[in-house]
Amino acid sequence: MYEIISNVTLAPNLHRLVVKAPRVAAARKPGQFVIVRADRGDERIPLTIGDANATEGTITLFVQAIGASTRKIVSIPAGGALRDVAGPLGQATHIEKWGRVACVGGGVGTAVLFPLARALAEAGNQVTTIIGGRSSQFIILADEIAAFSDEVLITTEDGSLGRKGFVTNALTDMIADPARAPKMVVAVGPVPMMRAVAELTRPHAIKTLVSLNPIMIDGTGMCGGCRVVVGGESKFACVDGPEFDGHLVDFAGLVDRLTTYRSFEEQARHNAECLIKKEMPNV
Amino acid sequence: MSNDLSAKERLAIDRVHMPELAPEVRSRNFEEVNQGLSLDDAIQEAKRCLQCKHRPCVEGCPVGVSIPEFIDALAAEQLPESAAILQGDNALPAVCGRVCPQESQCEARCVRGVKGESVAIGYLERFVADWAMKNREKLRATQLPSKSGKKVAIVGCGPAGLTAAGELARHGHGVTIFEALHDTGGVLRYGIPEFRLPKEIIDVEVSRLLDMGVEIECNVIIGKTLTLDQLRGEFDAVFISNGAGLPAMLNIPGENLKGVYSANEFLTRVNLMEAGRNPDSPTPIIKGRQVAVIGGGNTAMDCVRTARRLGAERAMIIYRRSEAEMPARVEEIKHAKEEGVEFIMLTAPLEILGTEDGWVAALRCQRMELGPPDDSGRRKPVPVEGSEYEIPVEVVANAVGTRANPLLTATAPELALNKWGNIVSDENGATNLPGVFAGGDIVRGGATVILAMGDGKSAAASIDNYLKEKAS
Repeated sequence: MYEIISNVTLAPNLHRLVVKAPRVAAARKPGQFVIVRADRGDERIPLTIGDANATEGTITLFVQAIGASTRKIVSIPAGGALRDVAGPLGQATHIEKWGRVACVGGGVGTAVLFPLARALAEAGNQVTTIIGGRSSQFIILADEIAAFSDEVLITTEDGSLGRKGFVTNALTDMIADPARAPKMVVAVGPVPMMRAVAELTRPHAIKTLVSLNPIMIDGTGMCGGCRVVVGGESKFACVDGPEFDGHLVDFAGLVDRLTTYRSFEEQARHNAECLIKKEMPNV
Repeated sequence: MSNDLSAKERLAIDRVHMPELAPEVRSRNFEEVNQGLSLDDAIQEAKRCLQCKHRPCVEGCPVGVSIPEFIDALAAEQLPESAAILQGDNALPAVCGRVCPQESQCEARCVRGVKGESVAIGYLERFVADWAMKNREKLRATQLPSKSGKKVAIVGCGPAGLTAAGELARHGHGVTIFEALHDTGGVLRYGIPEFRLPKEIIDVEVSRLLDMGVEIECNVIIGKTLTLDQLRGEFDAVFISNGAGLPAMLNIPGENLKGVYSANEFLTRVNLMEAGRNPDSPTPIIKGRQVAVIGGGNTAMDCVRTARRLGAERAMIIYRRSEAEMPARVEEIKHAKEEGVEFIMLTAPLEILGTEDGWVAALRCQRMELGPPDDSGRRKPVPVEGSEYEIPVEVVANAVGTRANPLLTATAPELALNKWGNIVSDENGATNLPGVFAGGDIVRGGATVILAMGDGKSAAASIDNYLKEKAS
C-alpha cells in the first residue's frame, strides 16, 4: 500500500496527490511516469510523476478525474492509500542546454510539463512557459512555474485570465520575434494542442518535444497497447517514450487509437453516476 | 513395490479418460475444461505404471520429478507420501499437471507408450497436487534446514522465479522475489487463461512459498525501480527470470487499427485484469463477433479459445504452415476444435483492412504451400501467387511471438547478451557476472513453463553451490 500524504484540488476535477513511494522517489527522473491502481480489481492507470522528494520518500501525481478509475483515485483522502504504484517507467527527458526554450502546457498537461520545464531551467536554459486552459480556473501551477521561468504567458479561451485565445497564439508571437524565438519547444497537453504546436514549429524547424499518454496496461513493454507511429515506425510509448519528436508523431493515428474504448468509458461513467445518485439521492 | 499387481495385470488396464466440460458449455464460460480424475480413477491409472527400474520418464522431465515413486505411493493409496515426493521435486505440481506438454516429455518416454498408451503421468501429477491443496493438514510440514544467512534476489515471479525460490528456501537461503506487475505468477497469471489454469491454483502454490519464508515484492521493476547493481549490492546472488518481454509485431499494414491486439495485451486484459469475464472489471476489451488469431502455438490457442468464450461466433486460427507443423500442444488443438474454432491453415496475413473510422474490418490473406524444410527443420511456407483473399473480422490478435524485454538489460550494460537481446547463461544458469544467474524466457527467447521451471531448478542448485563456495 502506498499512503496518500495529501490530496488537494487544483482545478475542477484536477487533483494534486502526494504519495509515499520511497523507491520510486529515489529512482525517478523528470519525464517518467508510474502505473497506479486504487484498489484490488481496479484498472492500471498511467500517471506522470510531477515531482518527487527523495528525502521524504514521496512523489507528486497530478490526476485529472475523467473516467471511473481516475475519479476513484482522486476520491481517496489524505491518510488513505493506493494499492499499487509501480515505476518509475519510461525514458527520462533528455535535458540539455539549448538556450531559449518555450514550454507549452495545456490543462493537466501543465502538471506534466512542470518537472520538465524546471529541469530545463536548472540546466541553464532561458525558459518561457506558456500555460493555456479553457478559463481561469483551469490555469494551474502558474506561481510554481513562475519561480523558475524567465517569463510566464497565460492564455484562456474565454479571456478570463491572460490573453484570450490559444497557446499557439502566444507561441506564434514568440517565434516571430527574433529576440524571443525559441531554439526548442516542449509541448504537453491535449493531443490537438500538441499537434497544433508541432505544426506551428515545423516550418521553422524548431525542435519540438511532445509527451504522449496513449492507452497502456503494464507500462513495461509487455502488451504493446501503447504503440504509436513515430517517423513511420511503431514505437511503444511506455518503453521508448513517453516523449517523442513532435514532428515525427502520427497524431491522427494516436487520436484514433485513443477512441478505442470510448463507448466503454461512457458506460462506466454512466454507471458510476447512477450509483452515486442511488446511494446519495440528495446530491 | 507397495502393491502386488503382476505386470500382466497392470498391462490389462486401459488408460483413463480425463473428464471434460462439454464443449458447448465450456466455450461460453471460463471454467476449467479438464475436471480432474476421481480418486478411484487415479489409483487405477497409477496401477498401470510398470515401475521400470531405468525410469525413462524421469529423464523426460525438465525438473526431474521422481515419477515412478510418486505414482507407486498413489497406487498404494498413500497420498501424503505421494504428495511429499511430488512437492519435493516440483515447486508447482498443480501447475505442471495442467500445462506441461507431457505428451512430448515424460509420457513420450513411457514404456507403455511403445505398444499402447502411455501412463497418464500429467493427470496423476495434477490429481496428487490437487489432493495436497485440499488436504494440507494431512501433509508433513516441510522441514526447512537452519538459515544459511545468505540472501538471494529473484527478478520476476513467473514459473522460473517461483521454482528457484522454492528450491533456494529449501536450502535455507533467504529469498526475495521482485515482480513488476501488481500480482504474482507472471505468465501463469497474465498469459494462461482461467479455463486451463484457474488463478486460485497459483494463489495456493504461491502461499506455499510464502509459508516457507519467501518474500514477494510486487510493483518493483528491476532496471527502473531498482537496478541490477543495487540488487548485487544488497544480495549475495541474483537470479534473473523476468520473462519474454515485448510482443513481436506482424509488420503488415493496418496493425494499429482499433481491434488489433498483441496476444500479450489480449490475454492480459482478460486474464490479469479480468476484462470481459468479470462484469465488475473496469478494464475494457473489444469483443469481436469474428476474431482472427495469427499464429500456431499455445499462446495462439489461448487467444482463440478466449475469443470464443468472449462470444465470437467465428473464432479462427490463421497459420502459414499446416497443422502438422503447429507448435501448440495436441490437447490444446483438440480442445479448440471441439469448441468450434476454425483452423485456416497454409494462410499468411498480408494486410489488416479498416473501416473509415479506423476499426478492423477484414484480414487480407494469401494462401501458402509447403516447400523444402527451412532452418527450423519444418517445411517452409511459400506464397501461392494470385491466391489473395479477404476474411471479414472485427478483432485480430497477433500471437507470433515475443522479443526480449530491454528494461533490465538496458541498465546493466556489463551483462552479456546475444544478438536478440536475450541474456547469455551457461548450462548452470550462470551469466558472465559473478553471482548473477538467469533462466526462463529471458534466456531462451520464448519457450514453455516447464523449461523455465527446469532453468529455475538448475540455477537454484548452482546458486546454492556458489553461496557455499563463497562462504568457505
